[in-house]
Amino acid sequence: MELIVENIRQSYGSLNVLDDVSLEIASGEIVVVLGPSGCGKSTLLRLLGGLERPCVGRVLMSGEPPAGSFNPLTYVFQDFALVPWRTVADNVGLPLEHLGLARDEREARVAAALARVDLADFATAYPKQLSGGMKQRTAIARALVVEPAIFLMDEPLSALDAQTRELLMADLKRLWIETRFTAVYVTHNLAEAVQLGHRVVVLSRRPGRIRDIVTIAPPLDERHDGHPEVIAASARIWASIREEAAIADRELIDVA
Amino acid sequence: MSPEPRLREVPFRGGGFAPGSRRIAAPLTFAALVLLWWVATARGWISPLALPRPGEVATAFVDMVASGEIWRHLGASIRRLAVGWVLGASAGIAVGFAIGLSTLARSTALPLVSALFPIPKIALLPLFIVWFGIGEASKYATIAFGVFSPMAIAAFGGVDGVDRSLIRMAQSFGVPTGDIVRKIVLPGAMPALLSGVRISASIGIILLTAAEMIGAEHGVGALVLSAGNLMQTDRLIAGVLILAGFGLVVASLIGVAERRLLRWR
Repeated sequence: MELIVENIRQSYGSLNVLDDVSLEIASGEIVVVLGPSGCGKSTLLRLLGGLERPCVGRVLMSGEPPAGSFNPLTYVFQDFALVPWRTVADNVGLPLEHLGLARDEREARVAAALARVDLADFATAYPKQLSGGMKQRTAIARALVVEPAIFLMDEPLSALDAQTRELLMADLKRLWIETRFTAVYVTHNLAEAVQLGHRVVVLSRRPGRIRDIVTIAPPLDERHDGHPEVIAASARIWASIREEAAIADRELIDVA
Repeated sequence: MSPEPRLREVPFRGGGFAPGSRRIAAPLTFAALVLLWWVATARGWISPLALPRPGEVATAFVDMVASGEIWRHLGASIRRLAVGWVLGASAGIAVGFAIGLSTLARSTALPLVSALFPIPKIALLPLFIVWFGIGEASKYATIAFGVFSPMAIAAFGGVDGVDRSLIRMAQSFGVPTGDIVRKIVLPGAMPALLSGVRISASIGIILLTAAEMIGAEHGVGALVLSAGNLMQTDRLIAGVLILAGFGLVVASLIGVAERRLLRWR
């Protein structure tokens, strides 16, 4: 399944957030949307998954989602959005509960998803007992369990410390190599963008416009910090965002 | 030449603001109060007309248990409290959820609840007696009405306080609205609901007593009033202590519910 964004404009009152954004997300690729804070990248993601309606333009799905996909467009949130009164297993099972699956099948799917993020031993723990990394792995398991066609990841690693972020980035790479999932991955972190993105879409400051789209060719498992193509891509992206970031940093914040 | 540096320990200034609970302290406090009461009445600091001795109150209590009189009063009071509270609390929770979830209910019912809250419900008892008669129904209505507003306000506040990001998450997985209310909103509002239960149960006990004093043959409130009319201060104090016991039992029941329902916190 592919996702096509056609000439999207979004504004809240007099505040223009996105201005004429068009984009195509092909099956099996990770598209990173990178930009300074407040450039509308989270808004774009909410539009992609239907949590918000665009003022102008439309978001289209092309082709059928794979058979057995319960929730074709599935989010992974920055703040994890784990339900605090449910255990890890019950959090992962939540999106399956209203589908009328047999209990055995549901439990088997939850167990499989937990095994894939290495959390099988923590099925009965509550979110408050988990570290940040484990919380996000739980949220990733919850996304995996519905067999999405496209993952919509909203700064999934931004709430984590640097070491945990590295580990989870490696986990995501491994997961992609195993399953070739499709994802739109929103971040403000350049290192994450060049490590995980097949294409990096650079958004400008508000109102968000596409400034540049950088394709990064080397396979994910061959990318390391010293890789020449990764360095070149980083330099190009950095040149394009640095001015924006500097201006954004001096702006008064008038939007939440 | 600089003088020898003086070594001082950094003064501790943290701690506090974390009250614990000592199991033994509550009974000790009550025991100390009873002891003080006993000493004050035995020494004649307090006239026996004003306050009977603890022993006399205990005797009055035992007599009531022996004659079976107490069970009539307790049974009547507990039934009124239970029926009235359940009626009022379920209506309050339903209306509170509606206010928390729907624009229509918020714009219509919320001002209504705010207007009803400050009316002293006991002032409505005469009206309820006209409507429902002198029997049980008017007492149920008084208690239910008094419980309704605080419960509605607690429920509405609880629903308002539920983390919106959890609701968006559930929507993003296509969870149906009814399931979101049941699985996200209800448990998320549970802490507020339980504190509403705490407040409304106490209000219920107050209204119960007042209603029983105005027109009831049985019930703890009727017991206290008739004892007062006959200057039987020992029975009067015994009745008041039963009401305090009500409060303690209700508080401990809510404590159990909190430990079970809010284990995740």
